Amino acid sequence: MADMHRQNIDAVTGVSTTGHEWDGIRELNNPLPRWWLWTFYACIAWAVLYWVLFPAWPLVTGYTYGLLGWKSREAIQADLAQLRAQRAVFADKLAAASLPEIEQNPELLAFARAQGRAAFGDNCAPCHGAGAAGTKGYPNLNDDDWLWGGTLDQIHATIQHGARSADPDAHAGDMPAFGRDGMLPRPDIVAAADYVRHIAGLAPAPGADLAKGGEVFDANCAACHGAEGKGNSELGAPNLADPIWLYGSDRATIIQTISNGRAGLMPAWKGRLDDGTLKALTVYVHTLGGGL
Amino acid sequence: MRQSATGGAPDPVGVPRQISKSLTFGEGGLVASLVLLAFASLTVASGAETAAYAFHAWLTVLASLAAVFVIISHHVERPAALPAREVDGRPNYNFGPVKFATVAAMFWGIAGFLVGVIIAFQLAFPALNFDLPWTAFGRLRPLHTSAVIFAFGGNVLIGTSFYVVQRTCHARLAGYLAPWFVVLGYNFFILIAGTGYLLGITQGKEYAEPEWYADLWLTVVWVTYLLVFLGTIWRRREPHIYVANWFYLAFIVTIAVLHLGNNASVPVSIYSPKSYIVWSGVQDAMVQWWYGHNAVGFFLTAGFLAIMYYFIPKRAERPVYSYRLSIVHFWALIFIYIWAGPHHLHYTALPDWAQTLGMTFSIILWMPSWGGMINGLMTLSGAWDKLRTDPVLRMLVVSVAFYGMSTFEGPLMSVKAVNSLSHYTDWTIGHVHSGALGWVAYISFGAIYCLVPWLWNKRELYSLKLVNWHFWISTLGIVFYISAMWVAGILQGLMWRAYTSLGFLEYSFIETVEAMHPFYVIRAIGGVLFLIGALIMAFNLWMTVRSPSAEPAVSLARNPAFLPAE
Repeated sequence: MADMHRQNIDAVTGVSTTGHEWDGIRELNNPLPRWWLWTFYACIAWAVLYWVLFPAWPLVTGYTYGLLGWKSREAIQADLAQLRAQRAVFADKLAAASLPEIEQNPELLAFARAQGRAAFGDNCAPCHGAGAAGTKGYPNLNDDDWLWGGTLDQIHATIQHGARSADPDAHAGDMPAFGRDGMLPRPDIVAAADYVRHIAGLAPAPGADLAKGGEVFDANCAACHGAEGKGNSELGAPNLADPIWLYGSDRATIIQTISNGRAGLMPAWKGRLDDGTLKALTVYVHTLGGGL
Repeated sequence: MRQSATGGAPDPVGVPRQISKSLTFGEGGLVASLVLLAFASLTVASGAETAAYAFHAWLTVLASLAAVFVIISHHVERPAALPAREVDGRPNYNFGPVKFATVAAMFWGIAGFLVGVIIAFQLAFPALNFDLPWTAFGRLRPLHTSAVIFAFGGNVLIGTSFYVVQRTCHARLAGYLAPWFVVLGYNFFILIAGTGYLLGITQGKEYAEPEWYADLWLTVVWVTYLLVFLGTIWRRREPHIYVANWFYLAFIVTIAVLHLGNNASVPVSIYSPKSYIVWSGVQDAMVQWWYGHNAVGFFLTAGFLAIMYYFIPKRAERPVYSYRLSIVHFWALIFIYIWAGPHHLHYTALPDWAQTLGMTFSIILWMPSWGGMINGLMTLSGAWDKLRTDPVLRMLVVSVAFYGMSTFEGPLMSVKAVNSLSHYTDWTIGHVHSGALGWVAYISFGAIYCLVPWLWNKRELYSLKLVNWHFWISTLGIVFYISAMWVAGILQGLMWRAYTSLGFLEYSFIETVEAMHPFYVIRAIGGVLFLIGALIMAFNLWMTVRSPSAEPAVSLARNPAFLPAE
């Protein structure tokens, strides 16, 4: 017996083994580490305490509510109420004030711009860019060139109802597809494109027939874009005589625009954002630098 | 033996063998089932509603016919008697399926790490999505997760479990074709799942993306796996069942239950890959995370703890630290893990009481998890010096250290106050990868480094120096990865909750995305380092297999018929 017992002692640590062996692996008879066991108990005790205080165990028709009476729905309501109270000081004034009044009151303006900036970042920036500089097909909101008008009321209307959106009050008006719909033959489109570049002050292509382009322009384009190509914000027709281009000013792009038309879409935000946010957004966009 | 079976040469002893050879029940049954499967798949292929589904049906037709061919040709060539359980009083171990799973694990591992690197770069540079459906992040991400968890991890688990259960039970693996059916069937499931993701077939459940027909196939494979494992334990020549086998068994049984519960769905028709899950709303979310969290618990923890319990004492040549601790932490882990899933759904529509239980059981789980770490690390007492000279042991031990870190971080993140900051951020991704790269992959690498010389009968690895390089390069990669994700995640969480003094959000969402860019680049570089480490490993293993054998005439060479059809 004594021999067998000695066999079951690990020579390195002096601890006994269980006496079993699997493929050369043995197991020591070490006890559970004390710190491990006590930390385990402490975690269980903490959990039990938590169960007493907070909603924890399901019952047949309900659950244990916990002594603190805490509910996540009430907690989020309290958080939101606190946020509303924090904003209310200015939000109520903002709701009562007209758009020009907001801009004239420095405190209200700062609040509207703060609110507008936050709303712009999450709602408008995906198309217009984080700095509102726009990109191809999405207007730059920092300049003073406005497709649908750049006054406070016009911007407010555009944000609320959008352009070519499903909203009945949305801006409507398409650039026709003169080529695709067979309204103009290809040479006329090319001539018109050259003429558009000419009135924009861009160098015309060699051999451009400006006289013919002018005739085509007067007959087909001037109705919306104006005789001098200065545009019409009632119709969303861009000013063609300035250096600002929504889709590009190179000859190929203009030919493409005339041939296939353009109809960019701006969503309607009324109903998706509350009225205060819409006003704040209007003021924010208006004061970006290009407001009229 | 091969010669006498075909009747070509006389038996050396001079007595011709007269045992009549017929198809075993297993061979006949499997051939019949596979022929039926081929016909069923042919029917499906002819009426499949989508091209991708028809492709899968054709793959199944081809695979089942190929399997029938292999079974019959093996039957013709094999000796009349099936492989003996013992030869000369020693177990006649069946290591063919283990070898296949080991090779498959390395292949899928490298494929999975590569896809991980690609999607990491896609997050940093979205142009790398190439605007193609097959290369979009949405399809590659499940390809990555399934490849590393189920293809790499799964093959490591099946391979090592088949090895360990034989060695520690002192018994040959149960079944003649069954172990091969498990290994090959499982890898066929991986093939169906992976090609399905690329072709756009998914049921949209995280870590359970394969559709109903792949799930059904996996169920058949998995039940066979369970039977092979239990059968081997049943015929063991040891009085007790070794702790590693408890963990393997817990892993196999629980994964079966999770798989069935979470994938309960009704197919639109047998001609459609689409199915609808029977659970809905928040109950579906709860079942999903009951599954998802316990896939972590039983696939990535219990299964790999089993690996630890065999390979660390074996490599360190030291006894397991505490038998008692292994019992207590095993049962505690099994009972408590299953409750922790709701911590994935904090601050959602899940009832408050369920969130509380998820959080508190996660805290209780901390010590049971650490029991495994203590047993792994303390097993080295008396052998710590080996860490300096043996990089394989170092890899195994560092994996246990990562395990300890992740199983502390997990309960920490489950606390609601911490979770309100960490949830939905890259901190979670960092946490997952400290567990996945540090624990799961490292313990797997260590085990494979041990296994390959044993299986292929070599004295040692081709180069321990290369193991050392692998260790340091990939450790650097892990450090890059997880520290970048900690900073990114906490920054993200703080930016999301930052308010201005007027009560508006300080940052827009896109600004928080923009702020992640440098960390995403660092993370991708970390991934590249980890991949390089795995490539070094594959080279080292290849050279090991090619090197001359240690002793030419041991058990495997004696029984060529038991070798796989490679």
